[in-house]
Amino acid sequence: MGGESSCVVPDSAFLTADMEHRVGTFTLRINFSLTTPWTVLFGPSGAGKSTILRILGGLLQPQNGRITMQDHIVLDVKQGISIPAGKRKIGYVTQQPALFPHMTVHRNVAFGLHALPPKERSRRVSEMLRLFRVDGLSERMPGELSGGEYQRVALARALAPEPRLLMLDEAFSGLDADLKESILSELTVWLAARGVPALYVSHDLGEAYQTAANVIVIDKGGVEVQGPVQEVLAPRRERLLRQLGIFS
Amino acid sequence: MDTQALWLTLKLAVVTTFLLLCATVPLCHWLVFGKARWKSVIEAAASLPLLLPPTVLGFYLLVLLGPRTAPGRFLIHLIGHPIAFSFSGLVIGSMIYSLPFAVQPITSGFSGIAPEVLDAATLLGASRLRILIDLLLPLARRSIFTAAVLCFTHTIGEFGVVLMIGGDIPGATRTLSIAMYDQVQDFRYSEANRTAILLLIVSLLALILVYGRRKQLRRA
Repeated sequence: MGGESSCVVPDSAFLTADMEHRVGTFTLRINFSLTTPWTVLFGPSGAGKSTILRILGGLLQPQNGRITMQDHIVLDVKQGISIPAGKRKIGYVTQQPALFPHMTVHRNVAFGLHALPPKERSRRVSEMLRLFRVDGLSERMPGELSGGEYQRVALARALAPEPRLLMLDEAFSGLDADLKESILSELTVWLAARGVPALYVSHDLGEAYQTAANVIVIDKGGVEVQGPVQEVLAPRRERLLRQLGIFS
Repeated sequence: MDTQALWLTLKLAVVTTFLLLCATVPLCHWLVFGKARWKSVIEAAASLPLLLPPTVLGFYLLVLLGPRTAPGRFLIHLIGHPIAFSFSGLVIGSMIYSLPFAVQPITSGFSGIAPEVLDAATLLGASRLRILIDLLLPLARRSIFTAAVLCFTHTIGEFGVVLMIGGDIPGATRTLSIAMYDQVQDFRYSEANRTAILLLIVSLLALILVYGRRKQLRRA
């Protein structure tokens, strides 16, 4: 899906990250770059995928590291540079409920648009709600939404300020396959139209195939392998198909 | 009924509750979200009035705020009169005495907010002040309300601290519980009974308000 999009791929890497972070006995030591519109961080639970996203987003400070985004330094521990999370222009959607529970859908989506004049803000909110087909729910509270509606609103909120990168942390794992596919299709179109790359964390092989142009396999805090999904995940896919008796 | 004591008690409870909430919201924010290693020392100190006999607390405050210590002398120099045996002294004593009743619910209210919600706000560019006003305060409103009612009621009923630090000056430091103590000392039992019933009703109403309002807020 992501591989079929028409997003213009920059010649050089859109993002490069080289980071080291220790938490107790777990050490994350990782180096990778994003060169395609969709990149999937693939790996088992506890491999360090979410930690990587938190560091990229500026929510966690690594012990050592350097991150550049579109040739701008976002983090350089040695030089003492760290752009605050809110200024990195990164959209972030997680599997955990993160909508503001006391605000309507409209107010949630408008939250990141405080710098815009009220008219423009309202127009952008309506546009995002229409795009993710939740425009009829603008006065609902998050607690009144279904799982699919909730994640659509979360996406609308993350994308409303027009981020430079979208990070999805197993954002659709609780949804059924049809719904997931429909949301991913709409999202791919939006991202492609604006040239916004997506970094998608998953431990689901199917999801990785569905979205990925490029896969980074993470295990035990390091990059195991990186490359196109067909190459990188082919052995795993074949193993899974053999287990299901589809392939011998 | 000592109406002078009643009004003084209500004034003390309102002022103490207001000032305590203003002081404890930033303190609790720091206790929950701050990174200092010695936070637990402050947390323990803030809980100390729960265990300490009120007279011990009152005694230390009396000494600390009096002319025998440097901080006391500085305060006297600053405001022109001793804090002890004045309404300001009562407010300081009440605030310290009721500190755990504000810190514990508000800390628990802030801790109960999902970190993902705060991360989302941070990544959407919200400042710390905006996160406090738009997210933390509304999301912890039940806990803040509970803290306010507990502080108010606790101040209405306090005795040991106010007696030690404020003495028993009619119109200046004599609160309802001290007035009731005087009534008992003078064998005016029917008056003491009326004061006791009033204190009982205020406490009961406050608790009914807390539980009723909490249910309303939960539904909202």
